[in-house]
Amino acid sequence: MFATSHRVVGVQYLLLALAAVVAGTVLSLLMRWHLAWSDARLPGWGMVKPEDYLALVTLHGTLMIFFVATAAPQNGLASLVLPEQLGGRYSSHSTTNDAARMALPLLNAFSVWLTALALVSLLATPFLPGGAAISGWTSYPPLSAVPSAGPGQGYGMDGWLLAIALFCIGSLCSAVSVIATVITRRMRGMQWMEMPLTAWSWFVAACMELPAFSVLLAACGMLFSDRHLGASFFFPPIDVVNGLVLRHAGGSPLLWQNLFWFFGHPEVYIAALPAMGLTTTLLATFSGRRILNYRAMVASTISIGLLGFAVWGHHMFVSGMNPYASRAFGVATIAIAIPSSIEVIQWLATILAGGLRRATPLLFTLGFVSLFITGGATGPILAQPILDSFVHNTFFVVAHFHLIMSMAGVFALFAGIYYWFPLLTGRVMSERLGRWHFWLSLIGAYAVFFPMHFAGLAGEPRHYAQLTGTASYLENLLPLQRWITVAAFILAAAQLLFFWNLLKSLTRGTLAASNPWNASTLEWCSPEEERKDLPPVAS
Amino acid sequence: MHTVRVAAISALRTPSWWMPRAGSLHAHAIDSLMRTSLVTLFAFCVLAQVLLVAGMILRREQRARFSPVWRWVATGAVVLLFLWMTIIAEKLWSTIRLTLSQPQAIQVEVTGVQFQWYFRYPGPDGIYGRTKPDLIDAAGGNPLGLDPSDPHSHDDIVSSVLVLPVEQQANLQLRAQDVIHGFFLPAMRVMQNTTPGRMSEIHLTPIRTGEYAIVCSQVCGLGHYRMHAVLRVVSAQQFATWLAQREAAQAER
Repeated sequence: MFATSHRVVGVQYLLLALAAVVAGTVLSLLMRWHLAWSDARLPGWGMVKPEDYLALVTLHGTLMIFFVATAAPQNGLASLVLPEQLGGRYSSHSTTNDAARMALPLLNAFSVWLTALALVSLLATPFLPGGAAISGWTSYPPLSAVPSAGPGQGYGMDGWLLAIALFCIGSLCSAVSVIATVITRRMRGMQWMEMPLTAWSWFVAACMELPAFSVLLAACGMLFSDRHLGASFFFPPIDVVNGLVLRHAGGSPLLWQNLFWFFGHPEVYIAALPAMGLTTTLLATFSGRRILNYRAMVASTISIGLLGFAVWGHHMFVSGMNPYASRAFGVATIAIAIPSSIEVIQWLATILAGGLRRATPLLFTLGFVSLFITGGATGPILAQPILDSFVHNTFFVVAHFHLIMSMAGVFALFAGIYYWFPLLTGRVMSERLGRWHFWLSLIGAYAVFFPMHFAGLAGEPRHYAQLTGTASYLENLLPLQRWITVAAFILAAAQLLFFWNLLKSLTRGTLAASNPWNASTLEWCSPEEERKDLPPVAS
Repeated sequence: MHTVRVAAISALRTPSWWMPRAGSLHAHAIDSLMRTSLVTLFAFCVLAQVLLVAGMILRREQRARFSPVWRWVATGAVVLLFLWMTIIAEKLWSTIRLTLSQPQAIQVEVTGVQFQWYFRYPGPDGIYGRTKPDLIDAAGGNPLGLDPSDPHSHDDIVSSVLVLPVEQQANLQLRAQDVIHGFFLPAMRVMQNTTPGRMSEIHLTPIRTGEYAIVCSQVCGLGHYRMHAVLRVVSAQQFATWLAQREAAQAER
């Protein structure tokens, strides 16, 4: 359990993400059920109170963003594959041919233990007095700073802060380990511009994790100080909550938003870059061609990494910040759409060239491209302050980020799991089950998230516990929301096929050849083959 | 038959799952940009999906010759599209949000409190009276903490309904007492957060009389979903009458 082997750590990350994704999905189904049929009692729960709904939203978002979208594709898959993909057995820093490993194996293992601890802390919050926090995964103060602002904002919020702080430290450890591995554990003779695009993506995303999670860690510390140590980073001078006048030296609630989104937007790319790198690699593999325009792809990856730190303000167009700042952030956001579009065009060109070998990992990769395009298409609308200030915080945004980040991200993750399963187990996952899993998931993903655009355009804000007993126009959206709920249950049920496939293939899957996909990256290379092409040691 | 057709047409015009009918001067401009952007981006999205499916079906020998030139042409087209969208949208942002309100605009202060909106009119003197946090007492009829020792506060009108005259600009000062709320008027295409300790302003000109929903768009606690109010847009004359009635009621107190 406390092994430091990179594969063990990688598998631990994936199992942890699997636990988080199951919990997060169950929570989302409870949410969907309540939103569609607010008067119905949930089996084993009873009536869902509005604060219960907000606790579900908060836990769902936190689990999915941190423990799934970050922990699995970046921290997890990098640990699982990177050392061997770099040909680390023959790294220039090893005098003898030792086993492929991360550069700092103990630190890497430490990162997953901390992440597990963080997950336990988060999942414990519903059982604390007052229940789980209710301020959403963004936890804007003063709602998150004043325990009396709502149920769950006492111990539940402290538990949330602890979980996020632990997660930040864990991810920082993982990032240092990934960066050090890429710098020092490449095979002798492997130049930077010869690295696979997956390695480039993990490297750039790890470079983004360092500043992003450092800032979030500091922000969590500041919020904790505001709550318990009498600081006032995020408090206005006078705050009247529940009839109670709170006086502070005076900070700014907007400061949290700046710090949080300085982490929050790079976070989107930390989750997306590994998926994008994997897509490029898998499309090349399954089309049996070289990567189109390798240099442009590397340049796009790096420029997404850099520009990712200049766009956080597009989450704050309606926050009351200077409208000239909105303009700057709007233009920067459009700028980051350009490298992303370049990558999409290269993928489409590869796909259009035809002759793709149709295997499950490829299907999920194509699904990723499809969802990435559909989710990305609304990006230029949300990038414009004038258009965003109508659809901000509505279901339009919920549709956008679920398509591009959650669904696309999960599809890439599935592609990765189907693809590397033979590397880990020596067996191939069932193609037949894989295909069913893919098509049901693709149709389900569109059926759930595409209609949400319309709810948003009609003006339905997110985080609403119910559509009855509020403004009357929202009741008209109930049929749409009920449809989404039914589709969500079908989408979730389709995932059982994946678990069945996983369990079945572990023991009874077809035995795999040593390089079943004819891949050209080194993790598939047996030691004998590697040695053949190894350049002589420079003395 | 006729009524059925009218109902069908009106349902087609403003279906419940589309942008509500525009109610403010700037909403038409925003809607037209929103429609153009949605249609253009949707077309690009569909084209890309068609290419994707074509690539799946094509065998290697049937492959389209997709030379590097075409890839750069496609990239150029996307860049031009983004550039065009940015220029138009930023121009609109300047027109709507980078301009000051007119001096004769109706002034209303909006305050968000868990889970209620309050609207304060400065009264005949045109000046908002002082407020003190310690005087806040919603149950006692002073939800904003108006200070009676300030003469300017005597004529201030506090309402739970936002009443505005049609075709006259209104300038709203947005505040919050406790946590951040989102002041969202879907039909007016207005959304701006109200933040404790800060004041921000937004102006709009309603163009159609009627009642419109005001909701909260920033999660603010357990009652977030039911934090709503009504904007009533009335004729200038009705507005003057309403204001006079409220002022008289205020003077009697």
